[in-house]
Amino acid sequence: MAHLTPTPALEPGQDKTMILNMGPQHPSTHGVLRVILEIDGENIVRIMPDIGYLHTGIEKTCEAKFYQQVVPLTDRIDYLCPLTNNLCYVLAVEKLLGLEIPPKAQWMRVLMNELTRINSHLVWLGTHAMDIGAMTVFLYCFREREDVLRLFEMISGQRMMTSYFRVGGVALEPPIGFFDKVRAFANRFPSRVDEYENLLTGNPIWVMRTKGVATITAEDAIALGASGPTLRGSGVDIDLRRDMPYTGYENFKFKVPTAKEGDVFARYMCRVAELRESIKIVAQALEGMPEGPIKANAPKVVLPDREKMKTEMEALIYHFKIVTEGFAVPEGEVYQAIESPRGEMGYYVVSDGTAKPYRVHMRSACMANMQLLPKMCEGRLLADVVAAIGSIDIVLGEIDR
Amino acid sequence: MALVPAVTDLEQLKDHPAVAPLLAWKKSAIEGVKYDRDEMTIYVGREFIREACALLRDNPGCPFNYLSDITCVDWYPQEPRFEVIYHLFSIPKKERVRLKVKLGSESPALESVFSVWPSCNFAEREVFDLFGIRFNGHPYLRRLLMPENWEGHPLRKDYPVEGYR
Repeated sequence: MAHLTPTPALEPGQDKTMILNMGPQHPSTHGVLRVILEIDGENIVRIMPDIGYLHTGIEKTCEAKFYQQVVPLTDRIDYLCPLTNNLCYVLAVEKLLGLEIPPKAQWMRVLMNELTRINSHLVWLGTHAMDIGAMTVFLYCFREREDVLRLFEMISGQRMMTSYFRVGGVALEPPIGFFDKVRAFANRFPSRVDEYENLLTGNPIWVMRTKGVATITAEDAIALGASGPTLRGSGVDIDLRRDMPYTGYENFKFKVPTAKEGDVFARYMCRVAELRESIKIVAQALEGMPEGPIKANAPKVVLPDREKMKTEMEALIYHFKIVTEGFAVPEGEVYQAIESPRGEMGYYVVSDGTAKPYRVHMRSACMANMQLLPKMCEGRLLADVVAAIGSIDIVLGEIDR
Repeated sequence: MALVPAVTDLEQLKDHPAVAPLLAWKKSAIEGVKYDRDEMTIYVGREFIREACALLRDNPGCPFNYLSDITCVDWYPQEPRFEVIYHLFSIPKKERVRLKVKLGSESPALESVFSVWPSCNFAEREVFDLFGIRFNGHPYLRRLLMPENWEGHPLRKDYPVEGYR
């Protein structure tokens, strides 16, 4: 297993190699990531990522807040897929409470989660292509992203950090006209994905920059803790939405794209295919959306309807108690893992019976995926590091928390 | 999804794919089990953790070949104070299990599982950084998230939420 050892401290002093700092401020590192490179000319001898520049102590802050107050904090951990973080945390707390979520809330969660997945993959595609040099793709992707952000603004008032999922259901009813707009988006999106593929997949420059670059085998990827499209690009067929379904995913039909080669091009193909599958799930969710309440029937946990709160005494008392004192969660611990756009995102929530969580830990998919970087890049050229970092799709907010 | 009471009896849980190989190997390694909210938790003695992990990874019936997470909970001021938690996942069989090791507050140290899953690298560094638990055998145990010259371990319960600066 010697080839899987991470690089220890880099020792300077030889004349042949140079230590180069791909510093925290860099347009291609997708956040404040510092990569220490030891290079011999353009060849990478050793590579070591250094993280912690975005550490804000969210796990510690969560211990000081009520369970419902943690939801906006979770939005900001993986800021490119905020609703996915929400979903993971809310599912963990609901498992602790033993709540039953109504079907309409579950389908709304699937719909918004898949729109978030599309959002995240569009940012990935735009920035990855831009790093490698294809700058047009960036603006095309962000044109689609504008449409999705307008949908989020329509449903929750906020473009990015919506905090739309709450413990017990979703926050608000979708407004009139929302589903028509989503349907219109779902109808025009597949042709847009065709546009992106047109620009990149057959492009000889793209193929030369990405095929055979930063390859990783399936055993190495599993041993090093990769998940998501990074793992599926090496041929391992695992997707938590299909294999360990949550929030109603068992009702949806979708394919899980995998690829065999394990290089940057394979991971690119996986994620572009996931864009197509996500929009199919959105279309299925629109067609089969059930009627019913959007919040669970648990007056001590879920905030009452606004109109009821203004007219009924018990609703007002429940509202007051939930907002000022929180709701007590039975003792126990739960590890809830879901499939985020980057891999297996997990929340480990420990409760001691009070209204504040005793410990909240976020299992970050990107932090495990980062460990693949030395294995992928050693022995390759400097320019391949940029392609490799882009293909792992990292978000420093999730790594550092 | 209504709550059912937890099952903590080893006799009832001995056929679980994670409990059976450990029982067959060494019964004294298991200090307790709990099956709660559809999740299996096994309390492992601290001397046995690396071998137990290797056993579970190589178990032919249900190989737990994926280490999801290593984390820690600080139960200050109770003793034993720390609980290091390993979340394992079996990709072929889609099973999850949680292993827990209890450590006292006097220089808590544990053997690293790096030889079993190299993916524990960053996770163990993070637990060392934020809780102060040493992992013997880790190739590069340095602070990960906090700056290198930071004093104190922020996620311990006796460290204030606002910090010292």
